[in-house]
Amino acid sequence: MSVRILAVDDSPTIRALVSKALRAAGFEVFLAADGVEGLGCLPDADPHLIITDINMPHMDGFGLIENVRASGAYDEVPILVLTTESGSDLKARARKAGATGWIVKPFEDERLIAVIDKVLGR
Amino acid sequence: MADLDEFREMFFVECDELQEVLASGLREMEQPGFEKETVHAVFRAVHSIKGGAAAFGLSDLVKFAHRFETVLDLIRSDRMDMSAQVMALFHRCSDCLADLITSARAGGDADLGLIDGLLAELDALIETDDTIGEVIEFTPLTLDFEQALPWAAPACLQVRITPLSELYRSGNDPAALLTALRKLGSTEVRLEVDDVPPLDAWDAERPGLSWNIQILGDVAEAQVLSVFEFVEDCCVLSISTLSGETQDAPPALLDPEPRETRMPDMVMVSQPPEAEVQPAATSPRPVQSAADTSAAAPTIRVGLERVDRLMNMIGELVIKEAMLSQVIQTAGLHEAPDVVAGLDSIRQLAGEIQESVMAIRAQPLKLVFQRMHRILREAADATGKPVRLVTIGEQTEVDKTMIERLIDPLTHMIRNSVDHGLEDSVTRQRLGKPLEGVITLSAAHRSGRVQIEVSDDGGGINRTRVRQIAEERGLIAPGANLGPAEIDQLLFLPGFSSKQEVSALSGRGVGLDVVRREIMALGGRVMIQSAEGEGTTFSIALPLTLAVLEGMLIQLGDQTMVLPITAVQETLQPNRAMLHGIGEGTKLLANRGELIPIIDLCCTFGLAPCEKSAESGVLIVVETDSRRRAAFRVDAIFDQRQVVIKSLEQNYGRVPGVSAATILGDGQIALIIDPEEIVLSLSNEQGRLMAAMASNG
Amino acid sequence: MLQSISQNLIGRSDVVAFKLADQDFCIDIGLVREIRGWTPTTTLPHAPDYVKGVINLRGSVVTVVDLSARLGFGAVQPSHRHVVIIAMHAGRVVGLLADLVSDILTIADDTLQSVPDIASNPTREFITGMITLEDGRILRKIDLAQLLPAAHGVEA
Repeated sequence: MSVRILAVDDSPTIRALVSKALRAAGFEVFLAADGVEGLGCLPDADPHLIITDINMPHMDGFGLIENVRASGAYDEVPILVLTTESGSDLKARARKAGATGWIVKPFEDERLIAVIDKVLGR
Repeated sequence: MADLDEFREMFFVECDELQEVLASGLREMEQPGFEKETVHAVFRAVHSIKGGAAAFGLSDLVKFAHRFETVLDLIRSDRMDMSAQVMALFHRCSDCLADLITSARAGGDADLGLIDGLLAELDALIETDDTIGEVIEFTPLTLDFEQALPWAAPACLQVRITPLSELYRSGNDPAALLTALRKLGSTEVRLEVDDVPPLDAWDAERPGLSWNIQILGDVAEAQVLSVFEFVEDCCVLSISTLSGETQDAPPALLDPEPRETRMPDMVMVSQPPEAEVQPAATSPRPVQSAADTSAAAPTIRVGLERVDRLMNMIGELVIKEAMLSQVIQTAGLHEAPDVVAGLDSIRQLAGEIQESVMAIRAQPLKLVFQRMHRILREAADATGKPVRLVTIGEQTEVDKTMIERLIDPLTHMIRNSVDHGLEDSVTRQRLGKPLEGVITLSAAHRSGRVQIEVSDDGGGINRTRVRQIAEERGLIAPGANLGPAEIDQLLFLPGFSSKQEVSALSGRGVGLDVVRREIMALGGRVMIQSAEGEGTTFSIALPLTLAVLEGMLIQLGDQTMVLPITAVQETLQPNRAMLHGIGEGTKLLANRGELIPIIDLCCTFGLAPCEKSAESGVLIVVETDSRRRAAFRVDAIFDQRQVVIKSLEQNYGRVPGVSAATILGDGQIALIIDPEEIVLSLSNEQGRLMAAMASNG
Repeated sequence: MLQSISQNLIGRSDVVAFKLADQDFCIDIGLVREIRGWTPTTTLPHAPDYVKGVINLRGSVVTVVDLSARLGFGAVQPSHRHVVIIAMHAGRVVGLLADLVSDILTIADDTLQSVPDIASNPTREFITGMITLEDGRILRKIDLAQLLPAAHGVEA
């Protein structure tokens, strides 16, 4: 059974890059363009892990994370935040919303996979 | 990120879309009462460009976008107010961003001088904002060297972790952490459950589980710390080194007052005051309904050749349907109700498919109009004339291939209007006109064509001067009698571009003849109208490709040609009483109280013989788009039917008097006549005579 | 049928050799779409004498050029025995009227000689070079880009 990852980012380029890296590592990838879309495809994707951008239209990353946690059905799903910032207030906000960890853009594919592996305990 | 080349083009296409959002967002922000969401959208656009640029290592672009985004962030978080200067700066930054993207796309370098200037201005704004505190990067205080044992060669590391509830809530899993630790070296794990309360005192907020892990091997503390990089602030963590002997684990820690080893909530303190407000505001946000109507409709990208093929096939379908109609008519079956019903439904279906296919390739002119805003700004700066652009009908759709080819002609026309059409501020003031000139760019669908107009509220065409230049250049005979409209037309003659006048926008020295040629290459035509003191309007009429035209099939010699029905007013068999002659060979028709010229189309198209008397054949009275009337003499009229327009340009180029071609049901090609052009090409002499005759008779 | 196999051969290209006005010509095979028999054209008004007219090529309107007239050898009265070579360059399609197509040959690029500088040779501007074949024929290679008018607009 393959591991499913939901990646949410409003930039089609970033989505393509992340998707390629994840698929190359053997993950099954689901994509969404913003928080609303991400929430919408949760039941179908039933992901083992979620990666999300922060700045997105309609519902940003924080909103997505808060809603995912609030639903109660995905408490054990790690959520990684993709961000260009590395400031601590952003990390705090992410943590407060319920994020598991963060990855700073631009990232090396290996680093992305390493963090995912670590958080999933692989 | 490896192997980026395949995504590069995707990124630049995305940049195009983001720039569109940026441009339209900035324009909205110029209006009072703009929505907050617009600022967010503008910020996100720049932010996304930055993010993508970072992935591709475009450092100049990243640097500039980052500063731009920082100032935008100040606006969107209400830490800075909008003002006209800030708006102007944003416009220039947006243009600079566009240039950086263009040069990154081409692989070249950007103009750093310009960029540095803008960066300085942005920085000035950033510095004046004192709410941006320094972002304090926190180093975790989990290491407590004083508590470590005397420094002996470390044989193993002792790690103790007590997760707090927050760790679990954030999706972190102790098991995953243990797995990661195991990768570092051989581990021995011991679970402590001493602090787990009995069931009846269970408190989910205080799970009470702790793990003690001993890691053997050459493991650095930094490696262990990196395993816990995400959870430092939501667990109690201690790392110590053991030198061989076992050491009692430090006493269980689960007091509400955390020890120093726990990452305190100092993070909150470092935040600027505003940031504290934000989390509170966002947490009670309700789950947004997924049926958010403003969510973008799903789209797919399709290669243009596929759409082209589809277009050709639908064109064939229309032709075949017409053929079928003909065959059925010849066979005498056209009365049978079943047949009629069947044919009708096919015709309707074909029509619907055709409209859908046309809609696929059609795109709104919005992109082009947006580009014109920038062109106008540059023109205004270069000439020093204040001017604003009003756009109407930017949603009007035009075939995709035309969109790109319209940019050059429209650019020339707008520059022309600013440069020559508008008066300078001093003159305008003297004339009592508003200081700021207005150029209106409008587009609309009108009777099967797309009509685009560029009009200014300037001084109109200086006909005296135009006439003078034309005479000097030998374009007209001295003393030739020309009406105002005819003088206006002179501007389109090659060789007219008034290079003598120093243009603030020169560099290209583009004349209107080039504009006309570019429009004609699209199968359209451009006309000019001007009122002295009030302004000038250029009108462009463009065909819709894959248009299906209702046409009248006519016979000229041994050729069949098509005349668009829209131009036809009536057809008649002339008799002597209606015909009048003036001069040599010029014939006029009395029709509806007017005398209109008779044009023998066989003559016009050089199809021998040309000597037919106007009494033979058929006269078709036409009225063109510009309301000129004439009567076309043709040999015979066949019938009226729908035809598919096939462009000639791709393979040959423009033919005078012909707008396009079509393929008839039997496979023969028939040229489609352009009535406007034929009537317009009547010589000036004749026109004068007409006018004289009309006013006398 | 006419696939461009010339890419596989380094330093060699395939050409279609044809005849008109008793002389031999050739054109790069990659430019040739198809070869058709002559069908009557629809006249284009006021066109130059070397433009025979237009034909219906499966739904597209294609111009047919009288190559003989264009090269200065005089206009041809075409019949069903003539051929039309449908060629494409830079997205534009054109039909070239010729007497007959002789063969398809593989030419080594280094056998292409430049056209001798004979004064007032009208064909020079349309020929990229000349190839001498073993059987003694001299093939003149057509420069399609030159042959097609760039944008054949007529000023109103």
